[in-house]
Amino acid sequence: MTDAEELRRRTRELLADRPPATTDRLDFLRARFDAGLAWVHFPEGLGGLAAPRSLQAVVDAELEAAGAPDNDPRRIGIGLGMAAPTILQYGTEEQKRRFLRPLWTGEEVWCQLFSEPGAGSDLAALGTRAVREGEDWVVNGQKVWTSSAHLARWAILIARTDPDVPKHRGITYFVCDMTDPGVEVRPLRQITGEAEFNEVFLTDVRIPDSRRLGEIGDGWRVAQTTLNNERVAIGGMRLPREGGMIGPVSRTWRERPGLRTHDLHQRLLKLWVEAEVARLTGERLRQQLVAGQPGPEGAGMKLAFARLNQEISGLEVELRGAEGLLYDDWTMRRPELVDFTGRDAGYRYLRSKGNSIEGGTSEVLLNIVAERVLGLPAEPRTDKDVAWKDLAR
Amino acid sequence: MSTTSTQPDLLYSEEEEALRAAVRDLLADHCDPADVITRIESDAPHGSAAWKALAEGMGLAGLLVPEAKGGQGASHREAAVVCEELGRAVAPVPFLTSAVVATEALLACGTDDLLADLASGRLIGALAVGLDTAPGAAFTTVRLEDGLLHGELTGIADAAVADVLLVPADDGGLYAVDGDAVTVTPQASLDLTRPLATVTLAGAPGRRLGEAGPAVRRALRAGAGLLASEQLGLADWSLTETVRYLKERKQFNRPVGGFQALKHRLAQLWLEVVNLRAAARGAADALATGEDADVSVAVAQAYAGQVAVHAAEEALQLHGGIGMTWEHPVHLYLKRAKADSIAYGTAGAHRETLACLVDLQAP
Repeated sequence: MTDAEELRRRTRELLADRPPATTDRLDFLRARFDAGLAWVHFPEGLGGLAAPRSLQAVVDAELEAAGAPDNDPRRIGIGLGMAAPTILQYGTEEQKRRFLRPLWTGEEVWCQLFSEPGAGSDLAALGTRAVREGEDWVVNGQKVWTSSAHLARWAILIARTDPDVPKHRGITYFVCDMTDPGVEVRPLRQITGEAEFNEVFLTDVRIPDSRRLGEIGDGWRVAQTTLNNERVAIGGMRLPREGGMIGPVSRTWRERPGLRTHDLHQRLLKLWVEAEVARLTGERLRQQLVAGQPGPEGAGMKLAFARLNQEISGLEVELRGAEGLLYDDWTMRRPELVDFTGRDAGYRYLRSKGNSIEGGTSEVLLNIVAERVLGLPAEPRTDKDVAWKDLAR
Repeated sequence: MSTTSTQPDLLYSEEEEALRAAVRDLLADHCDPADVITRIESDAPHGSAAWKALAEGMGLAGLLVPEAKGGQGASHREAAVVCEELGRAVAPVPFLTSAVVATEALLACGTDDLLADLASGRLIGALAVGLDTAPGAAFTTVRLEDGLLHGELTGIADAAVADVLLVPADDGGLYAVDGDAVTVTPQASLDLTRPLATVTLAGAPGRRLGEAGPAVRRALRAGAGLLASEQLGLADWSLTETVRYLKERKQFNRPVGGFQALKHRLAQLWLEVVNLRAAARGAADALATGEDADVSVAVAQAYAGQVAVHAAEEALQLHGGIGMTWEHPVHLYLKRAKADSIAYGTAGAHRETLACLVDLQAP
């Protein structure tokens, strides 16, 4: 068992061996991975030391104090948060050795090929086909809402390998090479004017069977690991008062007395209270997690923040009056990082419309709360025992 | 803009959960809804047996009073858990009015003898300020003439069972007046489980305890803050009972709770209750530590009223016809929730307070 003292010692050893000030960034990150200090809860040899996950903070604090470079986690969130845990759980030894190190160092960016134009909330109905040809799979189909696809070296992909069984059973999980000539990435321009996401067209893409993750037909189960880790990554953040979308509008209110009206004042105060209460709910959830008593409240947090972000940013556009009629910039761009509270009120208003769609629509989340938290009867399922090829579409 | 570096403790401790379980057990024995419905139209609407068991049996009337003064030396966090359970049972007992509001006023004045009497449950106290008064708002006073008190105060909650009334007078003092020295006339109240009364003083003798202004403000702030926990209890009962009923109730050959339109309404309500729990715990913890208490109480009260009322209104609607009957307890929750949305200041009054506290000034 590796304890905090041991981790501190190893971290100092790494720092002595590769002083951050005189070491190339990538060299340092590779050495950190090889020393087992990348993600300490991963196994030895794969960037970790099989230590408790909570001890990562010890390593991070030592490294930060020494001014060591990090792996820019916001840029490689899909790799770290979704691909890595899935590869760790379902990958072969060879796959783990090949993929995890450059994934963690950021040398290889990952993206996720899950959603399709015809499979959003009903992801399991996806229609991208993978057909076996010798030692390869040949993949055809279209994926959508893929962030980082234009930067990515690899993708986690789910595709249909058996259309003759019910939809959840005919899916297989692959690692797709984004440099394959059959992969075409097109930016998907959204209502804000920019393109955070892409459409990905797959035409006769060849994936060797050695890049399959998990068993044939078991892809839905493997994908649950990916999606559960996505949910772990949401929540657990610590916000100060006025830390979210309510911050900018409150500052505008204070700085611009000329914009104030009685009607807006009442609405602002109501939203301020709701934002503060939602912040407290998030803080309570965080305290529950720290105390080892995770509650079902997390399911509600996304619902609350989606609605609040939309209402607050809508109010701010209105508060700005004549300026609210303007927009900062419609130029088509491909931002690498997205900040929901960044840019102007108009941008925030438009971007927040996605908050009740991305990562589970609010309507689906309400079903989940009603069924899994309150125990109400599930929606009638007419698709459970029907072969995928016979589903209505 | 006020910022706090430390976060409030928003969880329940093991001791607080044990306290909750004990109060809930006791109320299950002494305060079932059918009893409450029978009692509210009798001459004695208050649940005296339940109060005796809570106050004298469990010592809950003394939670906020230091041990050295005859109390339990607990804090607003424990008192809030009691309020939650009393709200869940819509119990007609004077905990909030006597053990919280009157007790806080006495703590502010340092009146040790009366504190000990209230803490032990020997006496019930009531602050003679209208229940609708927000912390910091103006309140009616009585005339002090030749050492005797004259005047009429209306909307005084639980005055009918009070042994001692804490009465603000026009000299700026707060006076303790014996319940037998005044005329208490019950008012027909929307909330039958926390009845109001008019208190008439016709030359009543009183004992000056201290300055009324700060004592009343402190008492009402604690009342408002802990009321949020009572509202949480009301809302939680309304949600839980409605979910239970809708799993059982069948129409169109299926459980009514399986219809998506209703599932979504209940899920929304759950989210509101989850939010209210955080806000109410925030207020209770802030009152206990004294840190950020004005903002935390105002936030909780600006939010709690709408949730408790919405929960009770949804409970009534989703129960259908049975929810409209006198026999079903949901009306007790609706009436208490609606009255609570006015008690110790409306949401609007608390939002106005917040506008100053967090510097979001009116035009």
